[in-house]
Amino acid sequence: MPASPMFNPADLIRFLPEIVLTVIGTLIMVLDPLLDRRDSKLYGSLSLAALAAAIGAAIYAYSVPGPAFGGMLVIDGFATFFRVVVFGVGILTILPSFSFLKRQQAETSEFHALLLFSIAGQSIMAAANDLIIIFIGLEISSIASYILAGYLRDDRRANEAALKYFLLGSFATGFFLYGVALIYGETGSINLSVVRAIIAGPDAPLPVMVGLAAALMFVGLAFKVSASPFQVWAPDVYQGAPTPVTAFLSAGPKAAAFAIFLRIFMTAFAPIGHAWAPLVWASALLSMTIGNFAALLQSNVKRMLAYSSIAHAGYVMVALAAGSQIGTAAAMFYLAAYALMNLGAFAVVSYLSGKGEQYQNVEDFAGLAQKQPLTAAMLAIFLLSLIGVPLTGGFFGKFYIFKAALESHLVWLTVLGLLNSAVAAYYYLRLLVMAYFRDPGEAAANAEPLTPALSAALILPAIGTLFLGIFPGWVLDFAGRSSSLVR
Amino acid sequence: MNLLLVVLLLPAAGFLIALALPRSSPAASRYWALAVSLVAFASSLALLAWFDRGAAGDQFTVDWPWIASPEIRFHIATDGISFWLMLLSTFLTPICVLISWNHIQSRVKEFYAFLLLLEFGLAGVFLAQDLFLFYLFWEVSLVPMYFLIGIWGHERRIYAAVKFFLYTMAGSVLMLAAIIYLYIRSGTFSYAGILDQLASGRLLFTPDEQMLLFLAFFAAFAIKVPLFPLHTWLPDAHVEAPSAGSVMLASVMLKMGTFGILHYALPLFPSAARRCAPWIAVLAIIGIIYGALVAMVQPNLKKLVAYSSVSHLGFVVLGIFSFTQLGMDGAVYQMLNHGISTGALFALVGLMYERRHSLAIADYGGVATAAPWLSTAFLITTLASIGLPLLNNFVGEFLVLQGAALANFTWAVWAALGVILSACYMLWMYQRVFYGELKEEVKRHLPDLNLREWAVVVPLIAMMVWMGVYSKSFLDPVGKTTARVLEQTQVNVPYRVDLPMPARAEVVRAR
Repeated sequence: MPASPMFNPADLIRFLPEIVLTVIGTLIMVLDPLLDRRDSKLYGSLSLAALAAAIGAAIYAYSVPGPAFGGMLVIDGFATFFRVVVFGVGILTILPSFSFLKRQQAETSEFHALLLFSIAGQSIMAAANDLIIIFIGLEISSIASYILAGYLRDDRRANEAALKYFLLGSFATGFFLYGVALIYGETGSINLSVVRAIIAGPDAPLPVMVGLAAALMFVGLAFKVSASPFQVWAPDVYQGAPTPVTAFLSAGPKAAAFAIFLRIFMTAFAPIGHAWAPLVWASALLSMTIGNFAALLQSNVKRMLAYSSIAHAGYVMVALAAGSQIGTAAAMFYLAAYALMNLGAFAVVSYLSGKGEQYQNVEDFAGLAQKQPLTAAMLAIFLLSLIGVPLTGGFFGKFYIFKAALESHLVWLTVLGLLNSAVAAYYYLRLLVMAYFRDPGEAAANAEPLTPALSAALILPAIGTLFLGIFPGWVLDFAGRSSSLVR
Repeated sequence: MNLLLVVLLLPAAGFLIALALPRSSPAASRYWALAVSLVAFASSLALLAWFDRGAAGDQFTVDWPWIASPEIRFHIATDGISFWLMLLSTFLTPICVLISWNHIQSRVKEFYAFLLLLEFGLAGVFLAQDLFLFYLFWEVSLVPMYFLIGIWGHERRIYAAVKFFLYTMAGSVLMLAAIIYLYIRSGTFSYAGILDQLASGRLLFTPDEQMLLFLAFFAAFAIKVPLFPLHTWLPDAHVEAPSAGSVMLASVMLKMGTFGILHYALPLFPSAARRCAPWIAVLAIIGIIYGALVAMVQPNLKKLVAYSSVSHLGFVVLGIFSFTQLGMDGAVYQMLNHGISTGALFALVGLMYERRHSLAIADYGGVATAAPWLSTAFLITTLASIGLPLLNNFVGEFLVLQGAALANFTWAVWAALGVILSACYMLWMYQRVFYGELKEEVKRHLPDLNLREWAVVVPLIAMMVWMGVYSKSFLDPVGKTTARVLEQTQVNVPYRVDLPMPARAEVVRAR
């Protein structure tokens, strides 16, 4: 790889979103001791501004597409798509966090700084084109999110969540790193395109070694996206972490991890697709089935949404198993739609959770529609989208994924996946039943009025979900055009 | 501006505006829903003036691009079957608004909003000409009905609502898989396009492939109809739903299933449909008799009517799978008849529930003395439902039995048993509820029809008589379209099953 030591100015433009996020993240950390203010309004607004600017920067960076820093990063449609998704996730995480942090009396600057760093890491993951950069992005993102999971340090469950997440997450990154080391040892390169060329070329290394490397990376990445059989951490961590952080974990790191999953497996390991496709097939089916059936039994909403998030990872794995460009585009669309609907649902959970997060059970949603008709209506949109009812983004996401799967002749996976989504309807409906068909309980009665930030946190994803459900063409077109990762 | 588009989109617009109406004034929501549904009904009546009764094909087509890739079009049109079903839903929606006027007192705004959304979904199912659009409306119509049952239903409403949703969902996901598969094979979601490819032989399915696809579609439709072993959601949903929900569910929503079989399953997969026909006919006959027998022992009025629906819908399925012109005409006519007469039964039972607050047959008795007009209306509806000549159901049942007899005489014999049984359970119910000793409770609670209720009852009874006396007004366009369906089911059937008449005579003579 002829890496040019001199970087050109265009590289800086391509790296602008990460620069914006890290600069403002650092600024927030510096401002805290200087101003000595413990209110999240300032830091939160600053973070929102940073993320909005980062979205702008990401779109601007796409005006000069191409590799940056000697091929370590690559700015293409795929990277831009995921950058915008993770920045959007950041915005939708911060909006409901204002009132949440205030209620828990945990307004600090660290929350926002860590969030920005984590998102910067995910942004790097989205654009990385090199195994080491991928690893660095993964670590930046993960370490910040380990801390965020234990952010409420007086809460024992949050501590447990953070520790579990940290220990298991480190193991997973370790696996991933082993895979990277093996690939470097076998091919002498860490650049994805070069690795691909070598694997597909005449002097390919031993298939066993490449397969082993792919399997090790698969373990690490499957952990990060909470796909089966490496999903066991997710329910505990999601339940224990503060709700806005749970929302973030279920959308941001997951989307970024899927981005590198797709990037690595659809480029470097594409030549040995026949070897890993059955693995992904099994993981997809297991994730969907375990996620959906376990979610049926949950009474804690956060835990239920954790299992649901495992199931949704399974749906995206179906797209991955399709192993086609259409599948990649479907996965991209799905992750965007999933981020919107899931963050929206979590915003409702965090709004209702009350002081000390005492209201987390399905029963606590009772009578929401009578006390808070707007919140309930938004919740209904998110849940219907998670079920996959037409005119919502979730429906088109599933539709595109299973269409891609059928086009790759994965008939059984499609049928079982669709039946799974019918099973899933039951537990989402339970929440709807509570919200609409029951008389108001304590949580709904005690809920404070909506703040503007909370309203935005509910209405923006609802609009997005409906937009993706009624005019999916725009996003899908972009995803379709950006789904060719091989160059 | 295409009027069909108005009929379809008006309820949707009405739904959105209904959401914005003030919660504090329930009357505004009621009048709004009434106005919207009446205008939608008037528009669909106006369409009748331009409707070409002699044409078998699609009319009033609107075809707009919606999603570029995969190409999904907003393509709606109507034919001699879907036109009547659409008219049925626009006809019944204002009636549902009226019967809920006093009955629904909580969350009035949402109730009427969901009712309008339901009308939109149902009309869309019948009008869609793009398989994807069809699936979309199919699922969308599920949501308002789920809320109607779950929020405004009776005691076990939540169980019923969830069961209803899950049953339908489970059936329809397989249909979605089949629709995607069809798209991958044919490259289009356009129903007409796929039929063209089938007719010209460009799209060919192996027998196994066709059978699986047929079953995937048929499962979704059979659950909705509901066909015998899949019917268990129906009594729950019907009994627990508020009257308006029961009316829409029985009269229009069940027709989504039979319409789907006739409009999609048969023309798309003719050989598989023919191969399955004997089995399905047997299930339909079991449904006819089983539904009637179970209806007979019901202590609950709504449950009785619900099981009678299972029985009546069995006739529709039997008619379709007789693969005869008569049977199919009868099936379509029976769909409309059932919509009118069972809708009227549910509406009247609803009016009685509003007065007496009970659905138990035992709580009534002597109603004829207390409320003579209500009883008369109920009697006419009962007689229509059991198939008295000159009332609507007679025509449909007669045609279905005739068609079934042409296909297989034994089927007709067994199915005719259902007609007799229906007279038993309906008349026995009528006797227990309306005759006998007038109980004090009944006397106190059951005033006769008021003006609003007359407005509900009169159009329904007028339709029963009209459809019973002059079926030609409806059957002509139906016949054109069923003839086309029948012709489509000949595609890729290697040989005609029925020999021409003279040949058969020769065989006899040769013996």
